[in-house]
Amino acid sequence: MFDFLEGYDLLGAFWVTVQLTVYSAVGSLIWGTLLAGMRVSPVPLMRGFGSAYVNVVRNIPLTIIILFTAMGLADTFGVTMGAADDVKTRVFRLAVLGLVAYHAAFVCEALRSGINTVPVGQAEAARSLGLRFTQVLTLVILPQAFRSVVGPMANVLIALTKNTTVAAVIGVSEAALLMSEMIENEAELLLISAIFAFGFVCLTLPTGLILGWVSKRVAVKR
Amino acid sequence: MTEVSVAKKDSAATDELVVLKSVNKHFGALHVLQDIDLTIDRGEVVVVIGPSGSGKSTLCRTINRLETIDTGTITIDGRPLPQEGRELARLRADVGMVFQSFNLFAHKTVLENVMLGQVKVRRTEKKQAEEKARALLDRVGVGTQADKYPAQLSGGQQQRVAIARALAMGPKVMLFDEPTSALDPEMINEVLEVMQQLAREGMTMIVVTHEMGFARSAANRVVFMADGRIVEQATPDQFFSNPRSDRAKDFLSKILHH
Repeated sequence: MFDFLEGYDLLGAFWVTVQLTVYSAVGSLIWGTLLAGMRVSPVPLMRGFGSAYVNVVRNIPLTIIILFTAMGLADTFGVTMGAADDVKTRVFRLAVLGLVAYHAAFVCEALRSGINTVPVGQAEAARSLGLRFTQVLTLVILPQAFRSVVGPMANVLIALTKNTTVAAVIGVSEAALLMSEMIENEAELLLISAIFAFGFVCLTLPTGLILGWVSKRVAVKR
Repeated sequence: MTEVSVAKKDSAATDELVVLKSVNKHFGALHVLQDIDLTIDRGEVVVVIGPSGSGKSTLCRTINRLETIDTGTITIDGRPLPQEGRELARLRADVGMVFQSFNLFAHKTVLENVMLGQVKVRRTEKKQAEEKARALLDRVGVGTQADKYPAQLSGGQQQRVAIARALAMGPKVMLFDEPTSALDPEMINEVLEVMQQLAREGMTMIVVTHEMGFARSAANRVVFMADGRIVEQATPDQFFSNPRSDRAKDFLSKILHH
């Protein structure tokens, strides 16, 4: 029944999906946190940049962003991400860049809603101890904000996992690219789709369950 | 404003630590602080009382610039309050603040709460900071709770931890913004006792409170505020037995006889 799978590197393709997800998740967590820091900073210029970035980027379709990284950044501006000769590595890195740029906007907003759950007195107490803005943010506000947004972050992470399929449009050899290739070559359309759908559920379902459990464990008691 | 010359109990405390000069502040249309002039000497315990909405909490919060002011000057130990930034952070480290709602860091243990400022602001060694934190927690009577989280403590215990956290910075002056107003009645005394002990040890304190008993027993001076102005300043004895302004008489008649 599964003979048609022969000759296709299914695990390899999903491994690329996992890699895309992990690198992009780490990247967007870092960049999104920085953006959130900017959006609550006392410097008007930073606040302006933060909110402009979020409002522009989250309203552009991811496909356009990913296409831009390849056709705009790489082909037009010659940004090769340190892999000028290796197309495979280059498109992978460009895809990660696009995914990070896009999902950071969502991480930022999730985190900002978390910051809003931290009572203002926490920041006042921290400031009155003599902590500077970045210390107040990193030592008192963000640790509490992160704990309250583990659930929403799981949403972003699940969306990110599924959105990695968009990387197929610039030729990253992840699961979705292999799927379209297989559908083209084999007659088992429904079965192939079901296998890939199952693959993604295997990736995302544990993410939701584990982070749901973490969310309860780390919740700040007030 | 009624000018009252105030006899100092403690003649050794003469130099000025906190000075407010013609301070004004608005919240929108509300003129919440009107031409406030107030000088607090080193070692002095000043209790600020007055009806709600009189601006006493705002006054307290302007002293470490948690509230900005519109006009006037505030100096602490001879230095004017700087703009928000590194300089202000340094100055705030010297001004302890205790809040009505305690504001202990909810994600840190009691011990970590008292160590944080020492380690991150004063750059004290961790081990030394922990020793000092434990000693302070013992002093305010919550030494056995050091490894618990704030939410596991009673309000009175939390507030005593908050006092220890402020003291850990070795402040020049302590601000108390209604420290007992959020407490159950049976916990008020345990906090007031700690404050009284501090006052006896010579800490400079500015206390916004509704606890008239504390004002009588621990204050060098009572400042009475109403409608954004300092209406009257006097020693506790003078103020409570013989208030001069009608506003203060009215206020005292309402809280003392019911």
